[in-house]
Amino acid sequence: MAFTAFAGQSQAAEPAARRRSPVALFLLLPGIFYLVLFFVTPLLSLVITSLQEPDPVLFGQFQNAFNWQNYVTVIETYWQQSLRSIGFAALATLFALLIGYPLAYFIGITLRPYPLLQALGLVLVIAPFFISFLLRTLAWKQIFATEGPLAGLLSSVGILGPGDAISGTAFSVIFGLTYNFIPFMVLPIYATLVSFDLRLIEAGNDLYGSSATTFRTVTLPLSAAGVLSGTLLTFIPATGDYINASREFLGSADTTMVGNVIETNFLVLQNFPAAAALSLLLMAFILVLVGLYVKRSGTEDLL
Amino acid sequence: MKGFGKWAIWVYSGMAFIFLLIPIVYTIVFSFNDARRTNIIWRGFTLDNWLNVCEAQTVCQAFGNSLLIGAVATVLATTLGTMIAIALVRYRFRFRNTTTLLIFLPMATPEVVLGAGLAAQFLQAGVPKGLGTIILAHTLFCLSFVIVTVRARVAGLDPALEEAGRDLYGSPSQVFWRITFPMLLPGIVAAALLSFALSFDDFIITNFNRGAEVTFPSFVYTAAARGIPPEANVIASGVFFLAIALVLIAQFSAAARRRRLAKAG
Repeated sequence: MAFTAFAGQSQAAEPAARRRSPVALFLLLPGIFYLVLFFVTPLLSLVITSLQEPDPVLFGQFQNAFNWQNYVTVIETYWQQSLRSIGFAALATLFALLIGYPLAYFIGITLRPYPLLQALGLVLVIAPFFISFLLRTLAWKQIFATEGPLAGLLSSVGILGPGDAISGTAFSVIFGLTYNFIPFMVLPIYATLVSFDLRLIEAGNDLYGSSATTFRTVTLPLSAAGVLSGTLLTFIPATGDYINASREFLGSADTTMVGNVIETNFLVLQNFPAAAALSLLLMAFILVLVGLYVKRSGTEDLL
Repeated sequence: MKGFGKWAIWVYSGMAFIFLLIPIVYTIVFSFNDARRTNIIWRGFTLDNWLNVCEAQTVCQAFGNSLLIGAVATVLATTLGTMIAIALVRYRFRFRNTTTLLIFLPMATPEVVLGAGLAAQFLQAGVPKGLGTIILAHTLFCLSFVIVTVRARVAGLDPALEEAGRDLYGSPSQVFWRITFPMLLPGIVAAALLSFALSFDDFIITNFNRGAEVTFPSFVYTAAARGIPPEANVIASGVFFLAIALVLIAQFSAAARRRRLAKAG
């Protein structure tokens, strides 16, 4: 399953007897060519675009230059949105882990004696993937709407003052991000727990470890690879997401994230250099983070 | 403590399942809403939306576009990705680490960066945006996921089976098509389904590269400002039921097989 991509465990099982052969080139070249043409060169296009300057004659056009000031400008202008993206994504990842780990444990270990229930549990976790991401998010917006059921309840209890709304706040955006990425958290953790040897727990108990101690010293470290890949699979898309934070969905002008800024600059304002510079900064940040994170956790072989 | 913990995880997980299902149920329920223009307030049950899905113009066209893009991108990504997956497991070649990194990086790149990068490239090359550029973009982000999925299957293949085929004087192509390929097929099918699902639901990358073309997610995004027609809920619910049916069949037959094997053993 692709969700174990970040777990890097399957590596050991590979046959040692790999051959050199011209067939390898034939198999590799088309796909590699594709990746170079539509992944590497677009990144280079972003670099070129990010250094462009406004055309002195044609308004709204840009010409190639080495205007590295663009990077300074976007950091100065959008540092708030960028920090907010990181904060929102980090919180959403944390909440997704708090909900997702017990759920993965439940499906992978508690339900193990009941294969049919286990299969059903897995289907329920994947189910949100099968209904449009945007409609799911809109459903929350409508549940949160001022005339909706939840807002009525909260304001009658007095939690929500007059004029307050649930939608359009930091809470609703983080809520939406958490909801949307829970499956990405559950699946890799489940993948590590489903093959977990239960005798290890028995051994822990035999050695007079309490349930909590056994969990902390045995189960949790052995599922660390799943937690690592789950947090990355949640954090990376959540940082760049601009649907939840968008005004038409769960956000407002106060919750703008870096994805919204890139989208607006590229597609609405047509300020391509700013959008490109921000994209590259975002990518650099994610790569540095992934690198550090993976190094610390000791899972070096990612694929 | 132990009894409490056991009881607590059932309750906690039950609540988490309900949480996951709320927006799905909401979307399905509102596909039956007798809404006139906007589908926000419940106005009563009707089957009209299901019977006349294509009444709301452009919903069906957007849906058709999404199916077409998903199908073409899936074929392209699955073909290219399977070839790379086989090469990665079976052959030695130079620049192996670079290749692995090249496959991994698109998965670690935020979608908004992939989308903006491709759009910047199409802009510089003067390629007009449309269905073609959407398909190219979708093939790209599906490719890495296909490689990872199929690769696991290739790695799990017992080489003795192919050796047996060669011992029985099978030509390399016979061995591949009669033994290797059928054994890989479940992995390839899984990768293709994953690709299609990723492509069908993608909004962010599509939005940067679609020009004036409308896919189902981009239809929903644009309509969100003035209210989603219930027909969109119908299409999403229909796709959901179909996918769930497929997955349930696959899951239960696999679970039943495991149980049979356990009994036999």
